[in-house]
Amino acid sequence: MALKLDLKDHLRESRLFTSRAILALIVIVLLLGAIIARMVFLQVLNHEHYSTLSQNNRVSIVPVAPTRGIIYDRHGVILAQNLPTFSLEIVPERTKDMEATITAISELITISDKELERFRQRLKEKRRFQPVPLRLRLNDEEVAKLAINRHRLPGIEIHARLMRDYPHIGLAAHAVGYVGRINQQELDIIDPSNYAATSHIGKLGVEKAYEAYLHGTVGYQHIETNVLGRTVRVLEREPPAPGANLTLTLDADLQRVAKEAMGEEKGSVVAIDPRNGDVLVFASMGDYDPNLFVNGIDHDTYNALQKSYKKPLFNRALQGQYPPGSTIKPFIALAALEMGDRTPQNSVFCRGWYTLKGDERRYRDWKKEGHGHTDLRKSIVESCDVYYYELAQQMGVNRMASFLAPFGLGARTGIDIAGELSGILPTTQWKRQARNEPWYLGETLIAGIGQGYHLTTPLQLAVATATLANRGLRPQPHLLGQIDIPGADHLSYTPDQPDIRVPINDIENWEHVIDSMEDVIYAPHGTARRLNKGQPWRIAGKTGTAQVFTIAQDEEYNADEIAKSLRDHALFVAFAPADDPKIAIAVIVENGGSGGAIASPIAGAVIDHYLAKQAGIETP
Amino acid sequence: MSLENRSYSRWADPKRNKQDVFLSRGLHLDWPLVAALVLLSCISLIVLYSAGGQNIDLIWRQCIRLGLAFGVMFALAQVAPHHFERWAPWLYGLGVLMLIAVLLVGDIGKGAQRWLDFGFFRFQPSEIMKLAVPLMVAWYLAENTLPPKRKAIFITAIIIAIPTGLIVKQPDLGTSILIAASGIFALLLAGISWKLVGGLSLVGAAFAPLVWFFGMHDYQRQRVLTFLNPESDPLGSGYHIIQSKIAIGSGGLYGKGWLNGTQSQLEFLPERHTDFIFAVFAEEFGLVGIVCLLLLYLFIIGRGLYIAAQAQHTFTRLLAGSLTLTFFVYLFVNIGMVCGLLPVVGLPLPMVSYGGTSMVTLMAAFGILMSIHTHRKLLTS
Repeated sequence: MALKLDLKDHLRESRLFTSRAILALIVIVLLLGAIIARMVFLQVLNHEHYSTLSQNNRVSIVPVAPTRGIIYDRHGVILAQNLPTFSLEIVPERTKDMEATITAISELITISDKELERFRQRLKEKRRFQPVPLRLRLNDEEVAKLAINRHRLPGIEIHARLMRDYPHIGLAAHAVGYVGRINQQELDIIDPSNYAATSHIGKLGVEKAYEAYLHGTVGYQHIETNVLGRTVRVLEREPPAPGANLTLTLDADLQRVAKEAMGEEKGSVVAIDPRNGDVLVFASMGDYDPNLFVNGIDHDTYNALQKSYKKPLFNRALQGQYPPGSTIKPFIALAALEMGDRTPQNSVFCRGWYTLKGDERRYRDWKKEGHGHTDLRKSIVESCDVYYYELAQQMGVNRMASFLAPFGLGARTGIDIAGELSGILPTTQWKRQARNEPWYLGETLIAGIGQGYHLTTPLQLAVATATLANRGLRPQPHLLGQIDIPGADHLSYTPDQPDIRVPINDIENWEHVIDSMEDVIYAPHGTARRLNKGQPWRIAGKTGTAQVFTIAQDEEYNADEIAKSLRDHALFVAFAPADDPKIAIAVIVENGGSGGAIASPIAGAVIDHYLAKQAGIETP
Repeated sequence: MSLENRSYSRWADPKRNKQDVFLSRGLHLDWPLVAALVLLSCISLIVLYSAGGQNIDLIWRQCIRLGLAFGVMFALAQVAPHHFERWAPWLYGLGVLMLIAVLLVGDIGKGAQRWLDFGFFRFQPSEIMKLAVPLMVAWYLAENTLPPKRKAIFITAIIIAIPTGLIVKQPDLGTSILIAASGIFALLLAGISWKLVGGLSLVGAAFAPLVWFFGMHDYQRQRVLTFLNPESDPLGSGYHIIQSKIAIGSGGLYGKGWLNGTQSQLEFLPERHTDFIFAVFAEEFGLVGIVCLLLLYLFIIGRGLYIAAQAQHTFTRLLAGSLTLTFFVYLFVNIGMVCGLLPVVGLPLPMVSYGGTSMVTLMAAFGILMSIHTHRKLLTS
């Protein structure tokens, strides 16, 4: 070691070190200079840019949800509104002891196990300082109790927000629909900025169809926030534009009459003003409480609704497809007159059944002993089947369909809510395409009495009846009457397409059929004579019975003996006043049995109520 | 030994007045350095008060750490440099053993294995290496003639590489850079030829891709990529850099004022009282504040280099120089990272960031510097 040290040149080492240290110092000064240059770049040259960014960081723009438009019926009855509801929410970071807080709250108000479970679930998923809802829809008493005890329960918040509310439970859910929480598929469609603060969206019915008008335009608040998103203060606000209020063509009062007349039966009533296509009644029974869906329906309740015998969620007016039964007869009678297959005087002898040549099978009339000599008027008034078996055989199914199609049968009516089904207006071509089978003559015969493949929806049937009532002018049915955009004009509904006109050969043919339909009610043998109550207006109508269940050739149909679910559907179509129609209606009572007995009184109640109210007299 | 250390120090600088001589001899402190460090500590407390959301508890804890750190500095300043020379190999060996132990049985914190748990306290052996490597390299080089020969350079490289590799493995990129730098600086100061420096740099550049693909963890690669383009991942790993640049840039020439930095007060800036405290300082005190702070740092570094140049032995010279330059690397890597000049490596701003371990090590280094400066012998004339 000593030797090594001796060899070291201390002076040289020291000098070398000093030069290196000076070099290092120069490099350090240069690098510090680089840092300062960088700071000048950031703090002087780009100061404005970063100031803006800092401002944007600090000030966040918070969207404010617009108030959803209110939905009224034609007379201003509220069908859908927004009610302030209070919910209890907890910010866990601000509570001292979550369990103690929950215990204290449950001493004040009731909290179900289900709510507690959902709360604990949400607690796991939430962000920091985000309030978690514990109880929704607090009543006034509960709000008061919580407000008084708030000081000893840090972290609890009572939030007021507007919740969609449908005040008339079980009245018009199938027409108005409901809103629900926005789901993933809807997220892909909606404008994300306009829905930035919106939690609910129209799911069904008018709520869905006119979502664009009902929703409104989002507003904004400029608020100073910290990184956790907690509001420090509000700097500026741009209020949201509320959604447009909608006035529907529905008559809530009339809808209620229809529902009450229907009683406990399942079925549908659709009434239209034939002059303009206003849908006055759009009822499907059973009905349900749309409020259940607003905040998400729980599994058990939903299953119960699904499994219910009445199938309340099924929109029969729009999606129920039923054979029209004998309600088709006036249309086919009109076809025969207009196309020259029959004159009003041509008569058929009805012995209670009809056979095809070379076929053993008997096509039976509903009246076992037969109607005897039957002309066109009698065939409508007494609903003679044999008359139409023979007529159908002569006319052929395709000619029949070509006449019925302009009435809107077998096609969607284009009503302004989604989900409509088209029904079927059968032709030979249809059967080949849909079933790849040939058409049989026997099927033509039963098509003549509205059975077999022919299917209509109640809405379709009401439109066809309105077309007949209008003497050929087919109205476009619609639920929307008027849109009131806040601060703008009132927009009335205008149909997408012009009204369709059924070609008229001789208007006398139409009047003859309509006159016969009046006799259904006012003639002594009319199938709906029970509707004749001496009203000052004349009703024209036609009963119908749609077979659900085929009975064997020799058996008797005895409604009392077969299960209710296998009983025939009862139908009735009508319009009034016959010479100046103001209402056209279609009624279907599922498994109701006879159209005359079950369906016609419902239609009668609606028509009488409607016209009596218009005439300013008491309902007879 | 202690006798000769003490006996000549009073004549080390004949121009000094009596008071100075007494203080130097009695307390072995370098007063300019002490003053700068105290000033820096005060700045630290002021910025921390703002960055920590005006939390007085935080300030008290930092005060306790500062007290401990100054205590360690004072204690080491009393130890004569030849003791350090004697301890160097032992400390180095012990440090390497502990680093191996860390990899085998160490505790995991924040995704890296850095701690040894002795039951009653936890300890980060890589901190020891921040002192042990410069000590060991200075000791080894001082044993040889300078400028170092190739063999000496090779052995020095191994001395540096072992702890660096072990710390990279933990993984702790920031500390390994510091430790490698401290050794390399000792070599540079020892007079290694520039040709060799150039050649080794080329070799290093050639190995860089290998390090990229085999020597780095995913998160480290991600940091480099994020550094190159922070906007590519503004909510993920780029968030730190973007928010930090916003804080600095929005500070402007004079800053937003103490306690008025929105980036830090509203908590947009992450790690604001630890690694990113410089951004808080820049936001609230602006360019003017930064220049003052950097001048203070420059003074400390300059003083350190002066002490090194004044040192009388190769060992003390290299040690003091290496420790001082490492202090600069600390500073430069941190500020470079915060202002987006360098990738994010987890290094605190020396003496200002909140945290105890690194501060104690730093102050220990300053204690060594003071010991070197205050234990000089009068050269025989």
